[in-house]
Amino acid sequence: MQVIVNGMSESQHEDITLHDLISTRGLDPSRVVAELNREIVPGEEFPKTRLQEGDRLELLQFVGGG
Amino acid sequence: MNLLEQGIAHHIGQDALARLQRVRIGLAGAGGLGSNCAHALVRSGFKRFVLADFDRVEPSNLNRQFFFPDQVGLPKVVALGANLLRINPDLELELHETVITSKNVHPLLAGCDAMLECVDEPAVKKLLAEAMLPTAALFVAASGIAGCGDADRIRTRRLRANFFLVGDEQTAACPDTPPLAPLVAVAAAKQADVVLHHFLHQQD
Repeated sequence: MQVIVNGMSESQHEDITLHDLISTRGLDPSRVVAELNREIVPGEEFPKTRLQEGDRLELLQFVGGG
Repeated sequence: MNLLEQGIAHHIGQDALARLQRVRIGLAGAGGLGSNCAHALVRSGFKRFVLADFDRVEPSNLNRQFFFPDQVGLPKVVALGANLLRINPDLELELHETVITSKNVHPLLAGCDAMLECVDEPAVKKLLAEAMLPTAALFVAASGIAGCGDADRIRTRRLRANFFLVGDEQTAACPDTPPLAPLVAVAAAKQADVVLHHFLHQQD
């Protein structure tokens, strides 16, 4: 299936979870904010959120320092 | 109107100042970003603040944070509150010496018109973003503010209607790229500028 991640269309296997998609990109889910179809998905929902064809996902990983 | 307020009104006018003074601003983190950001916001005319930080002033903070050597050992929210009151003695400050968690984030920052994310830990940045983005409050976060050189890499991106992100989004604070005064101040000033622009130019 095709999903759009940070504006780029890409192929993903059916039913991939948000957690797995984030992890396979080498990102750390504990530092990532995810917006799925314009809605913020809280971190505790990442493992049970399954992506669907045509979903638009924005991922933002924070780095430390403040 | 006190002397600072007269001085600010000279530049922006009394109506604009009155508008800024109604805004309630939450600052999560009173370190390098938070202390400098608060300083800029007080000089801009904002008056009502909620400050939250769990930490105390240490010598290693003095390279970039708006504190003084005689404040080492004090809770940062207490030291920052005192310093801000020297700029404007009529501030309304709400101080919380606490770690920010998923349990207290909502009660802590409820009622804020704008929230500045000025914490160190990426997991807490995420926690604040997830809590604040679904609300109507303006949320201004920072990511990637360490090191020195190429100051223009500290940029401001608008990611949602109410969400601005300041930083280069990649340079974490670490031994190779420590947090240093110039770029931390640039990032803090850019966060403050987003808030000032928003409330100075929005319609009532």
